[in-house]
Amino acid sequence: MVVTTTPALDARRLRADFPIFEQTFHGKPLAFLDSAASSQKPRQMLEAMNTFYETSYANVHRGVYELAERATEALELAREKVRALLNAPEAREIIFVRNATEGINLVAYAWGLMNLGPGDLVVVSELEHHSNFVPWQYVAQRTGAGFRMISLDDQGELRLDELDAIAREGQVKVVATGVVSNSLGTVNPVDRLAAWAGEHGAIMVADAAQAAPHRKVDVQALGCDFVAISAHKMCGPSGVGALWGRAELLEAMEPFLTGGHMIQAVGADQSTWGELPHKFEAGTAPMAEAVGFGAAIDYLNEVGFDAIEQYEHELAAYALERLAELPWVTSYGPPASRRAGIVSFNVEGVHPHDVAQVLDFEGVAIRAGHHCCQPLMRRLGVVATNRASFYLYTVPEEIDRLVAGLHKVKKAFG
Amino acid sequence: MGEFDQLYREVILDHYKSPRNHGLLADADATAEGQNPLCGDEVTVSVRLGAGDVIEEVGFEGRGCAISQAATSMLTDLVKGRTVQDVATMPKDELLDELGIPLTPVRLKCAILGLGVLKLALHKAKGTPLPEEWGTSTGELVLE
Repeated sequence: MVVTTTPALDARRLRADFPIFEQTFHGKPLAFLDSAASSQKPRQMLEAMNTFYETSYANVHRGVYELAERATEALELAREKVRALLNAPEAREIIFVRNATEGINLVAYAWGLMNLGPGDLVVVSELEHHSNFVPWQYVAQRTGAGFRMISLDDQGELRLDELDAIAREGQVKVVATGVVSNSLGTVNPVDRLAAWAGEHGAIMVADAAQAAPHRKVDVQALGCDFVAISAHKMCGPSGVGALWGRAELLEAMEPFLTGGHMIQAVGADQSTWGELPHKFEAGTAPMAEAVGFGAAIDYLNEVGFDAIEQYEHELAAYALERLAELPWVTSYGPPASRRAGIVSFNVEGVHPHDVAQVLDFEGVAIRAGHHCCQPLMRRLGVVATNRASFYLYTVPEEIDRLVAGLHKVKKAFG
Repeated sequence: MGEFDQLYREVILDHYKSPRNHGLLADADATAEGQNPLCGDEVTVSVRLGAGDVIEEVGFEGRGCAISQAATSMLTDLVKGRTVQDVATMPKDELLDELGIPLTPVRLKCAILGLGVLKLALHKAKGTPLPEEWGTSTGELVLE
């Protein structure tokens, strides 16, 4: 796979890699400003999956014939690519899952049910995506552990000054936060939270689904114990994600899903579990999806994460600047320098559904709703927001089309 | 006619900007509320019944998208003076015909939220069957 770019990111050139942009919607080119929900797919990734199906497909592991070995190699190569992406110490610490949500559920069930009880605390943030909120709320209820939220300041950033008071309420056992907020784009101080978790003997679980597409996620630098990502948000296919966990923690855990492949031996009364990562990969793996995930990582590495991150900051700054021209638009979240390429906003007196509908007629796709962040929506005092999110194929003209569309919204409903 | 004008007909925008029967009734026989959790539409409907179980007055409050609020406003006009039984079995198509706009599955939920809530209020007042819109099609109706 070859991706050619100039050192700074050339979004116009990258767009040509994405077949989705070859069609029109409502007679207009697609301005896809919903990459935070899921990204579009480059041809290189699609071709890698197709090639795998056409040349290397068979069920992995245990097959003795050449084709099965080839498929196994492809799956394990993908695992190695995920390991390198996250700078994880060992490939066996990378568990393929369906998505980040499943990865977090794996930790919540397999670690949480065994290790949590009355008097313990699970600490999440008010900014959290439901993916890293609901599993912990549920497992805390199941085990009798307490459940606390770190609240937000008015800029949508975590109030770390609350941590000491939280720690006095019980034994902190889990700290779970996102690395980047899917709703406001806030970049959380995960390294500091991880250090705090470590001081209390708690595990740090980071939801990096929104961070991994846009910036380098280094699990060792973050100091986390578990990190979950989804391929579909980072140019990869839907249906696969990865959980990284520290080997010693994963080894001590009971399995999450049981069945084929994850066993060592199955007896009439009892079974024993396989080695990492197999213990956590019951059933047939998402093989082609993992191969696509690997190809997506190659694609992003070719473009360069530093270039992607910088470009998205520029887009976010430009969008915030353009939205600030509209006195009837309220934007939420931190300044552009401390956020990823995500902008949430509301139009005075107009429900986000109507905003998104009118923009759709202009070929501009944004998301309207609670963005799987109902606690955050309550904190902002709104039922929903509009969210425009950017990626490496976004061009500034699409932000101009967003702003022009908002003028139409205001004219129609204002 | 453009896509915007098809969906946001003048009459829809008029009901949205100047809702009919707005405000809850102080002397209601029943009140019910419902939400469309997907997009955060909220509607509360109160009804007062007269002789022969006729809907004498109906009032609503809510916040949400233009379709949800306009549809509820139009609904209140449609049902006044009709019997509880009649409205409790009113097919959603009667309201949709009145709206007269093309609706995607997502927006359909917005459009019939108020109808579900009204039927819930009638259920509370007179024990009429719960609405067919109950459950996933409109999100959640809150039975107090």
